Amino acid sequence: MSETPRETMEFDVVIVGGGPSGLAAAIRLRQIAPDATVCLIEKGSEIGAHILSGAVIEPRALAELLPHWHEEGAPLNTPVTEEQMLYLTENGGIEIPLLDRVMPHMRNHGNYIVSLGDLCRWLAGRAEELGVEIYPGFAGAEVLVDDSGRVAGVATGDMGVGRDGEPTGNYAPGMELRAKYTLFAEGCRGSLTKQVMAMYNLRQGVDPQTYGLGIKELWEIPKEMHRPGLIQHSFGWPLDDRTYGGAWMYHFGDNLVSYGFVVGLDYPNTWLSPFDEMQRVKLHPSFRPYFEGARRIAYGARALSEGGIQSIPRLTFPGGALIGDTAGFLNVPKIKGTHTAMKSGMLAAEAVGEALATSRVEPGSYTRRIKDSWLWDELRTVRNIRPAFAKFGMKGGALYAGIDAMLLRGRAPWTLHTRHADNEVLEPASVSPKIDYPKPDGKITFDRLSSVFLSATNHEEDQPVHLKVRNMSLWKTVNWDVFRAPESRYCPAGVYEVADEATDPHLQINAQNCVHCKTCDIKDPAQNIDWATPEGAGGPNYPGGM
Amino acid sequence: MKVLVPVKRVIDYNIKPRVKADGTGVETAGVKMSMNPFDEIAVEEAVRLKEKGVVSEIIAVSIGEAKAQDTLRTAMAMGADRSILVETDVVTEPLAVAKVLKALVEKEKPELIILGKQAIDDDMNATGQMLAGLLDCPQATFASKVEVADGAVTVTREIDGGSQTVKLALPAIITADLRLNEPRYASLPNIMKARKKPMEKITPADLGVDMTPRLSVISVSEPPERKAGVKLDSAAELVSRLRNEAKVI
Amino acid sequence: MTVLVYLDHEGGVIRQASRSAITAATKLGDVDVLVTGPDAAAAAKSAAAIPGVKKVFAVTDTTGNSELAEPVAALLAQLAGGYTHILAASSATAKNVLPRAAALLDVQPIPDIVAINDAETFVRPIYAGSALATVKSADAKKVITVRASAFDPAPAEGGSATIEEIALPAGPGGSTFVATELSKSERPELESARVVVSGGNGMLNEENFKLLEPLADRLGAAIGASRAAVDKGFVSNEYQVGQTGKIVAPELYIAMGISGQIQHLAGMKDSKVIVAINKDPEAPIFQVADYGIVGDLFTILPQLEAELDKAG
Ligand SMILES: Cc1cc2nc3c(=O)[nH]c(=O)nc-3n(C[C@H](O)[C@H](O)[C@H](O)COP(=O)(O)OP(=O)(O)OC[C@H]3O[C@@H](n4cnc5c(N)ncnc54)[C@H](O)[C@@H]3O)c2cc1C
Ligand SMILES: Cc1cc2nc3c(=O)[nH]c(=O)nc-3n(C[C@H](O)[C@H](O)[C@H](O)COP(=O)(O)OP(=O)(O)OC[C@H]3O[C@@H](n4cnc5c(N)ncnc54)[C@H](O)[C@@H]3O)c2cc1C
Ligand SMILES: Cc1cc2nc3c(=O)[nH]c(=O)nc-3n(C[C@H](O)[C@H](O)[C@H](O)COP(=O)(O)OP(=O)(O)OC[C@H]3O[C@@H](n4cnc5c(N)ncnc54)[C@H](O)[C@@H]3O)c2cc1C
Ligand code: SF4
Repeated sequence: MSETPRETMEFDVVIVGGGPSGLAAAIRLRQIAPDATVCLIEKGSEIGAHILSGAVIEPRALAELLPHWHEEGAPLNTPVTEEQMLYLTENGGIEIPLLDRVMPHMRNHGNYIVSLGDLCRWLAGRAEELGVEIYPGFAGAEVLVDDSGRVAGVATGDMGVGRDGEPTGNYAPGMELRAKYTLFAEGCRGSLTKQVMAMYNLRQGVDPQTYGLGIKELWEIPKEMHRPGLIQHSFGWPLDDRTYGGAWMYHFGDNLVSYGFVVGLDYPNTWLSPFDEMQRVKLHPSFRPYFEGARRIAYGARALSEGGIQSIPRLTFPGGALIGDTAGFLNVPKIKGTHTAMKSGMLAAEAVGEALATSRVEPGSYTRRIKDSWLWDELRTVRNIRPAFAKFGMKGGALYAGIDAMLLRGRAPWTLHTRHADNEVLEPASVSPKIDYPKPDGKITFDRLSSVFLSATNHEEDQPVHLKVRNMSLWKTVNWDVFRAPESRYCPAGVYEVADEATDPHLQINAQNCVHCKTCDIKDPAQNIDWATPEGAGGPNYPGGM
Repeated sequence: MKVLVPVKRVIDYNIKPRVKADGTGVETAGVKMSMNPFDEIAVEEAVRLKEKGVVSEIIAVSIGEAKAQDTLRTAMAMGADRSILVETDVVTEPLAVAKVLKALVEKEKPELIILGKQAIDDDMNATGQMLAGLLDCPQATFASKVEVADGAVTVTREIDGGSQTVKLALPAIITADLRLNEPRYASLPNIMKARKKPMEKITPADLGVDMTPRLSVISVSEPPERKAGVKLDSAAELVSRLRNEAKVI
Repeated sequence: MTVLVYLDHEGGVIRQASRSAITAATKLGDVDVLVTGPDAAAAAKSAAAIPGVKKVFAVTDTTGNSELAEPVAALLAQLAGGYTHILAASSATAKNVLPRAAALLDVQPIPDIVAINDAETFVRPIYAGSALATVKSADAKKVITVRASAFDPAPAEGGSATIEEIALPAGPGGSTFVATELSKSERPELESARVVVSGGNGMLNEENFKLLEPLADRLGAAIGASRAAVDKGFVSNEYQVGQTGKIVAPELYIAMGISGQIQHLAGMKDSKVIVAINKDPEAPIFQVADYGIVGDLFTILPQLEAELDKAG
């Protein structure tokens, strides 16, 4: 189908993805190069529709980008006032004392609890005022490369292609957005980033990227229980010592609570279901009281990068750069990636501004700018914490984190490494202990499908399945025979179902449900699933507050 | 021949609206908004008539807040030639909308006005009929087929249990039903081009229309939840209950 | 207060939905009614028999003009002088005519009411039933359509109203009636059917799905399906009921082997009576079903048909 002539439009810079990194880059570009033409595309139906985050954010990068953000009405309205770290046992929990000293990276004063989707909507408004052209509802589906091997932009996907791959009556071919420089701002595990990394061998010599899956619910809770500014994190129960993760709960806005659970995708037990872990933690006495008589408003899930500085790939290539979480700029112990994503976008914009002026093929100064910035120092300091959890387990890791923070102050002379990608560490069903999850009660805990309903997810039904299984027979011999279909458990949207389990087990893919978290692309044991962009505007429609 | 297509900005049809906790309405802050789906069908029909050479100009109109510009841009990306935003922050009731549209019809003199049969927010299903009443011109609601020939338009309409065909002298009002057509995508090249098409901004006062609503909202609430009924032991019991208790067979 | 109700009839027999509108009208005041069409004389007789009706206006018309909104709206506007409220059951006909009449009267109509709080205040669904709005009208006259399912129908017999013949006041304007075609298909359309029989994943395959046809025929029902049944190719996707399929609200909805996930419920939860047949007693469909049978549908389906035949 790529044979059909596509319309073309030329820009100085094309940015793929309208998250904090892409929007910050767009704004910075127009600030420093007001004549540059900048086009930003976003696969969600609108800016913010696919943004899922905690989110407690550090306003540092925002203040550098838009110093008057406060007067201009940026939606940062709930300052953090109180913070707790809870170690959970099955029926109780203890609050870690002296949090500031033991876990300084968890220090949150000066930070704000926000809806990152709302912040992105606001940033998009600023970007448009500065003359950035923003086109939501269009996914970058293909990387364009010119004869010299330089990335020359992206093409959006064709619309109106049927399930069978043939054009329907409504067929509209994609469009080529050609650019001197292309910034990939796709967030964690970008699908075009994956291609670019392979094309230019960007991961050579760095640790494999590791990931976590965050599953989130937005609740409206009774006023009496609402403590705006309170943030809580937990670790311990219900995860075993080999599994990294924990819950968060942030009180903000108008009686809103952001609740969620992150699981490190290096978990070994194939029976583990991140979704059900998230559900059952709500029943723990430390959290349950907040949910009584409350109303669940929204649901969603998204992977995040956890590899840290050791996993950051080469950042530039001829004709472009990687910014934000698709490059892996997330501070894992802090679980914060917004300020780093924005900072990386701003630095890339500055490098591109320079390259535009000098007509360089590769915006190479980006890497140096990163290494000279506070962003690099920050990530270097915390580089050993997440790997320590992988190496020494949850308790050992916590101990190491304490020592690292109090004694070494992040200046350890060694660097811990991750050797295995997340998909390589899953253990077979026969040796994994089964986990018995409680049934949803329909009031505090829920099943997947009623949850997906609250993500307002949809995809045009008549389109090719966007979850591409490379080799179906491998599914049977590996995923089913060895691991008993882990995708049916880790997928937070019920996309993967095993049909005819007793007679002729095969994989049923409900692509319409997909919330674009990217976990299957990461965790599939045989790396047999590729997440591709579906028709533009498909996917979740996270509401304001998410 | 000119066509006027009124388009309304509503909560996207994929989004389940959430009633505000204080019962004053439905949450719209941060909620994705789109063109009313029936209006997309109306725009599509106008564009098809233009492609057939029957229509020379398509004017999209929206009455609402400044953000309704986005909806007009979508209409222009689909093929409308220009648009008019009648800007107001007041709740737009069909009666007032029809009065605004009447004033615009008198100014622009279109021969066809194609509306959606109903807006999916308030489900009033009224504006087209009311406009026709105010203009004293013929109407064909719930259209599933439209043919223009010899200064008249023949419309097949959906009615309960079948269809009806009527022939209208021009100018006429048509409201679009689901089966009229399948609207096209607003493609990216067309969205880019639509940025350059003209959009006129006026207010209801410019047209001399008083927007004051006649209906006031006392409260908005969630519908009561359905309750579980009874479990029965046999088909015989089911048939008897359906017949004698529920009286539905 | 006096109320005028515009009645819908089929071959001279007043539709049940219109009798529900009469029930709603009697809550507001004395009731007069209007009937039109070629069988208006017969319809007037059956309208006069409805208890609560004081006077029947009948427009016998064989030109087809009474099928058109333009003259009927003009007639309603002309009659409106003596009334505080003008009502009709929500139907394609009423929705075509009443808003036009309201415009002639400079009134904002109030469609689809499901409750009457007082003479000015009404409850109506908005956002396809996702919310209920209570609204108060400031207009001197109220033009209202009524959701029939929210009001019990008035009895068909027992009253004795007077009948007055009148004529359509206006010509059809620029509108010409060409034809009416009632759909002849064996099965009613999904979205407007009185009864819907739907099958899900529990039907197992295309072959078995056909087992629903005799039952549907027996009940004069349309056939529907869950997404799982569509995805597995048991039926094509125009049968799908739910969030991304058709939204239906029949008087009777029978769900066979459908678990009742929220996306399916979104398409049928406004049905008047829901029946579920499912072998899993915990299936969520039972939380919304008025009547449920826990068991194997392949056993129950033939029994159900036999019982219906027995009952005749
Ligand atoms: C559960 C969870 C909790 C978190 N909590 C916090 C927190 O409390 N504080 C904090 O600072 N950070 C937090 N983070 C991290 C933070 O959200 C991310 O680091 C940040 O969002 C990264 O920004 P980004 O712009 O790189 O990517 P994203 O925010 O992921 O945005 C990428 C955008 O690009 C779009 N896109 C992707 N591919 C394409 C394509 N091919 N074509 C078009 N569009 C595309 C996506 O739809 C998306 O809108 C959290 C993350 C998660 C998952
Ligand atoms: C009780 C009540 C409370 C309301 N509260 C609010 C509120 O809080 N906030 C709010 O924003 N709205 C509110 N509204 C909505 C507003 O009044 C509706 O726009 C109005 O009721 C129109 O109904 P409808 O759009 O369903 O018209 P319909 O008659 O169903 O619309 C049919 C067609 O008319 C055209 N049309 C209708 N309106 C417009 C328009 N504005 N511009 C262009 N074309 C149009 C379109 O082609 C549409 O398809 C409320 C309405 C009611 C009745
Ligand atoms: C974005 C999105 C949109 C969707 N849109 C729709 C939609 O429009 N419509 C829709 O239906 N779904 C929709 N879904 C899918 C929905 O979530 C469910 O997956 C689907 O409805 C399940 O169909 P089912 O009940 O037939 O299948 P299952 O959930 O597999 O249920 C089958 C049921 O049959 C019962 N059963 C099996 N055998 C027998 C037997 N012999 N006798 C009796 N009972 C038996 C089982 O106990 C089970 O309860 C959507 C999902 C998403 C995420
Ligand atoms: S299919 Fe993959 S990307 Fe989509 S929700 Fe499931 S795990 Fe996430």
